Amino acid sequence: MQTEQLVTALAAGMARDRILFQAHETIPYECDGLTMFKVRPKVVVLPETHAEVSHVLKTCHAHGIPVVPRGAGTGLSGGALPHADGVLLVMAKFNRILEIDTDARIARVEPGVRNLAISEAVAAENLYYAPDPSSQIACSIGGNIAENSGGVHCLKYGLTVHNVLSVTLALDDGSIVTVGSDALDSAGYDLLALTIGSEGLLGVVLEVTVRLLPKPEEMRVVMAAFDDVTKAGDSVGAIIAAGIIPAGLEMMDGPAVAAVEDFVKAGYPLDAEALLLCEVDGTAEEVADELARVEAILKDAGATMLRVARDEAERLLFWKGRKSAFPAVGRISPDYYCMDGTIPRKHLSLVLKRMREMSARYDLRCANVFHAGDGNLHPLILFDANDPDEVRRAEEFGAEILELSVEVGGTITGEHGVGVEKINEMCVQFSSDELTQFHSVKGAFDPTGILNPGKAVPTLNRCAEFGKMHIHRGQMPHPELERF
Amino acid sequence: MTAFLDGLIAKLKAREPVAVVGGESKPWLGGALRDTPVSMREYSGVLSYEPTELVLTARAGTPLAEIEHTLAQSRQMLPFEPPVYSEQSTLGGVMASGLSGPRRMHLGSARDAVLGVRLLNGLGQHVKFGGEVMKNVAGYDLSRLSVGALGTLGILTEISVKVLPVPEREQTQVLAMDAQSALTRVAKISRSPYPVSAATWVDGQLYIRISGAGRGVASAAEAIGGDTLADAETFWRGIRNQTHPAFQADSKWLWRLSVPPTTPMDACPGVVVDWAGGQRWLHADADDFSVFDLAAQVGGHATCFAASRQIGTGLQPLETGIARLNARVRDAMDPYHLINRGRMFEENH
Repeated sequence: MQTEQLVTALAAGMARDRILFQAHETIPYECDGLTMFKVRPKVVVLPETHAEVSHVLKTCHAHGIPVVPRGAGTGLSGGALPHADGVLLVMAKFNRILEIDTDARIARVEPGVRNLAISEAVAAENLYYAPDPSSQIACSIGGNIAENSGGVHCLKYGLTVHNVLSVTLALDDGSIVTVGSDALDSAGYDLLALTIGSEGLLGVVLEVTVRLLPKPEEMRVVMAAFDDVTKAGDSVGAIIAAGIIPAGLEMMDGPAVAAVEDFVKAGYPLDAEALLLCEVDGTAEEVADELARVEAILKDAGATMLRVARDEAERLLFWKGRKSAFPAVGRISPDYYCMDGTIPRKHLSLVLKRMREMSARYDLRCANVFHAGDGNLHPLILFDANDPDEVRRAEEFGAEILELSVEVGGTITGEHGVGVEKINEMCVQFSSDELTQFHSVKGAFDPTGILNPGKAVPTLNRCAEFGKMHIHRGQMPHPELERF
Repeated sequence: MTAFLDGLIAKLKAREPVAVVGGESKPWLGGALRDTPVSMREYSGVLSYEPTELVLTARAGTPLAEIEHTLAQSRQMLPFEPPVYSEQSTLGGVMASGLSGPRRMHLGSARDAVLGVRLLNGLGQHVKFGGEVMKNVAGYDLSRLSVGALGTLGILTEISVKVLPVPEREQTQVLAMDAQSALTRVAKISRSPYPVSAATWVDGQLYIRISGAGRGVASAAEAIGGDTLADAETFWRGIRNQTHPAFQADSKWLWRLSVPPTTPMDACPGVVVDWAGGQRWLHADADDFSVFDLAAQVGGHATCFAASRQIGTGLQPLETGIARLNARVRDAMDPYHLINRGRMFEENH
């Protein structure tokens, strides 16, 4: 279909001035937070009503045109990377909080509402929305649904899937359904769980009902420095073995600490090989008791320095350092590539050691931030995008880290999603039968495959091609497939 | 072990129907099976458990009692406090039913605790989704999807769950009041930072369980008020397993209604009101389908726990759009409709 025909068809059901197709209009949308990949979309639409979204979907469904939904565009795996022959469906105009019910502790919001805006809107009621990805000032709740976003408080408060009650979806043909309900569970299959984390491949998020939590009476954070990452890792195990589930438990390695301290001046000790932030929350008594126990455990584990944030301002400063880790690394390198594997925590020191070897082999620096409580590791690979060889090495380095995550019993992505970025590594983590099962579930929602095609789940042919190029430790993945 | 699975795989590959059960402790949940069931209890055993990782993986046929005993050795527990209807109850059955106990309002449901599953799909393929880590977004979340599916999306063979430490202290406060006042009170308490792990109204009393460490429990109890219950363990076991006398009724069956927790009592009654208002139990005839209408009117759904069912599944009818997606998802997982025929849907063929 020619662009002009498509624009005319789209304009039949939505305002013409919110349909963009000229190069200068569509260029700003050519990538999301993963800037290594860029594709200019054929058409960008910015609908304002459910009817307009349905019309766009119906039109594209009728003509077999790919539709890529996009929220705030902060995603790190290229999930909102446009399709050159498709429509980019930008949901940013849906930015209203529709209802806040403080008695039921729920908020009903449109998908373009920013994650942090929900907590801000209910702060006066002493409530908040728990999942807090580092991008929370900018990322939207619709994108959080697509990615099943996490944050630094997941171990205690869960992921997006644990904090959402229902999602209203526009399906491939423009029809609208609501999965989940205001009750704690719903009849039939748990389509809500299936929807969350489906990366825009099953439907377009139109509305979300989130669960709100009462703000803890008190939050205290303790910072501990270690001269060895293994000791820091072991201290996390010791805290959990003592029956304590901290609200937040974050680790950074030496290079990350150095980058952050230079940027934020959070008071992090520059001689630390590993730095741990452990937050406890609850009532005043709970916090006092738990904090004392955590401090004792960290001391026993060999912390070289222990400091409890003396007031709220300092607590926020300690966290600001951690939450600024990505931009801080961005200052010391022209570009960085953020990985997202999750590993069983017991393998942390092995994984860090292997990554140091890779860093030397690929001749690229690497800084690590780690959601230590839940095993989600974010190695940041430093490179220069203007140097094609560095780009290639960074990509290979990243892929090797993901494969290592799978090898030790973890996963290629903890919270950023597969998108286009990790699609080859899906062939490493899943068998052909498993990938085929994913495709058939996709087919249950979107039989013609117009929603976000080419993302999240690789075709078996792609895996065969990938396997041909990339024989891992002498073992050909998917040996049953024909190689072309 | 593998011979057992091979038998199931061979049947499915030959497109023969297969029905599976765990400990058969919940035969009243869902419609009657059309085929003679095979017990998964043969496929049993804890495969891995590391307390400091907060993850346990076990075969589906592992008795729940064995899992709870294993966890208790390290002072840990399943966070969702599953109902235990018999000694035979298995982990696979718990997950297939998707039921959760009083602690669900605090620490989440059975589905929330699942990290990964291995299952036999309707094509007889042994496939694995999710994993053994807390955060994992690779591929669609087919592991949580399979919780509560009554086995109709595949035969669960291995399950990984998140486990949590047993609270250091628990205390239950009892306050006399009617059910509507209890809902109002609970809504207010739920907005406080107190670590409330259960809130149940029954027989004119509101029971609030507080779980935590050290002095926090005592101070929360004082703020909430009421009298401290002496034998709290027995009470909560009765609510968890529906053995409390209030659940019993002559000549009527027990219905479970899951509704928005703040639904007024006059819009949706209950003889027992659990989950801070979100789970209500009442008595009605097994064929009294007006209970489904009642639940639907307030935005919830109902399930009939009837031991003998002539017709139907006892499960809430689905609205059209959702019913269509349910049918298609089942087709995707079990295209020939071989597994647990009759359990979740009335089969036409």
